[in-house]
Amino acid sequence: MKKGLPLLIAVGVLLAALVATRLVGNRYLYFAGYVIFQYVVLATAWNILGGYTGYVNFGTAGFFALGAYTATVLILAFKAPLPVQIVAGGLVSAVLGLGIGYLTLRLRGVFFSIATLALALVLQTFVMNWEYVGGAKGVSIIRPAAFPPFASYVEFLFFVMAALAVVSAMAAWWIENSWVGRGLAAIRDNEEAAECMGVPTLRLKLLATVVSGCFMGVAGAPFPYYVTLVEPVSAFSLDYAVNSLAMPMIGGTTTWIGPIVGAILLSTAQQVATVTISSELNLLIVGIVLVAFVLLAPQGIVGLVQRLAGRRRA
Amino acid sequence: MLSLDLLLNAIVAGILLGGFYAAVSLGISVAFGLLDIVNIAHPVFVVLGSYIAYALNSALGLDPLLTGLLGVPVFFALGVVVYRLYYASFEKTGEESLRGLVFFFGLLFIIEVALLLVYGVDYRMVEAAYIGDSLHIGSVGIALRLLVPCLVGIGMTVALYLVLSRTFWGRAIMAVSQDSQALRLMGANPVRIKTIAFGLSIATASLAGALLIVIGPVEPSIGREYIGRVFAIAVLGGMGSIGGTLAAGLILGVVETFTATYYGPSWALAVSFGILLVVLAVRPAGLFGR
Repeated sequence: MKKGLPLLIAVGVLLAALVATRLVGNRYLYFAGYVIFQYVVLATAWNILGGYTGYVNFGTAGFFALGAYTATVLILAFKAPLPVQIVAGGLVSAVLGLGIGYLTLRLRGVFFSIATLALALVLQTFVMNWEYVGGAKGVSIIRPAAFPPFASYVEFLFFVMAALAVVSAMAAWWIENSWVGRGLAAIRDNEEAAECMGVPTLRLKLLATVVSGCFMGVAGAPFPYYVTLVEPVSAFSLDYAVNSLAMPMIGGTTTWIGPIVGAILLSTAQQVATVTISSELNLLIVGIVLVAFVLLAPQGIVGLVQRLAGRRRA
Repeated sequence: MLSLDLLLNAIVAGILLGGFYAAVSLGISVAFGLLDIVNIAHPVFVVLGSYIAYALNSALGLDPLLTGLLGVPVFFALGVVVYRLYYASFEKTGEESLRGLVFFFGLLFIIEVALLLVYGVDYRMVEAAYIGDSLHIGSVGIALRLLVPCLVGIGMTVALYLVLSRTFWGRAIMAVSQDSQALRLMGANPVRIKTIAFGLSIATASLAGALLIVIGPVEPSIGREYIGRVFAIAVLGGMGSIGGTLAAGLILGVVETFTATYYGPSWALAVSFGILLVVLAVRPAGLFGR
């Protein structure tokens, strides 16, 4: 029964998203919903490495934009269909994760964090100098025509992102409940002890980095069709790095549900705040909430809820 | 293609830039190299120093270097507060690896966005007598706005080296970095020494910030360009070696200037990242590491 439940929830979410495209008329809601699901994927991906293993990735924007630009190149060169773009975006970002991880994870974890901090800026420099994808001024992409049962292509993208969110959450759930997750948790608690007990720490860390980077690239791949103007500043925006890290920290890092709770809360709040107050102020609020949670509620919302529930039971 | 004039100018400009890079990185060498505190917010403290120099320069006409010096005790106090918070919340409980990093990242973000809200995205600059002039020795031009930061940077390096090797507190800081457990057994309090050391590391950001705005105009997110640089320098110099920091700063300055001269300025940013990865892969102890 416990095994069937996540699958049931997954199918439920997808059906709800599909039904929503038939019922909801307001087009803004699809754009907003797309962003929320995109952040569910990014936060879940970040948490697979950051939450389970304790290695902080500051370069989400780099992995995300690499997925987006892989898709852009595929559109420009071959007019490749969306599924191909998503798979390719995920693969390229996974390879990046493997490379960075291999060079830095053998040493102390903090070098990985530092390398990822510089990574986004360096990738952005490459893209800015690459004329094929429009350099600094970007390139416009034409969305394909809509096809049934979707009334518009944005509705289709909304549904695709919902599906990707479900897939990433299921991947996180599987990792958490398998030997991989136990190995990662052992690394988080005490890496030396884990190594001594025969846990293949380097291989597990690399695996987590690859899976995490892959999902970040996957989240970025539908980006060109979503924005229709791909340019470096928005693709490499620091918002991705901050949000993908703040969402799990606020929701709770030790379970798969934490990043989802954080992503839905924080990105919904941001969607409302960007419309009602300025977007800079909105980022300042994210920063302050992040620091407040790290200082005062290190277990996140899920941890707080669990503690409250435990107290009631006791 | 390789003209001698261009080569000489690139070497001189690189060395001048390198002295300044050392000034920005000294704080990281102390915090990260000696104390093992991964203060990724250090560059943003430097930018904060730049804006204080800008505010005092535009309002009162004070020299940026003077405001940088005046800011040293203020930044020292700021560092003490930040370390106390960091120690009480993370270091004491052994949570520094994940949450401590995220804490500094949040700090970085808050300061950057706050500067953005107050001053906007426009570039700001200061006015001083030596900005704009340059010396000429043969065919080599030396801009004073680069020479002054370089000399101050070298001066800061020497001063910090003397403080760490000659004074009582400096030696105490070195002792903490070597073995804080042994220090505890000797009856000294490592936390108090680390507080002072971290205050010192943030204090360098006040002067480095003044130098940053002397070199060129500053905007709130410019600190991001320095994150890769300061860590590349700290690692290349050999974690915590003050002389190594200066040497690594000079190396990075020269290599960046060569890249900018022969490949284009936008590639200069990638240099520090490349150096960081190569050093980590080949010799993680750096040039002067133990």
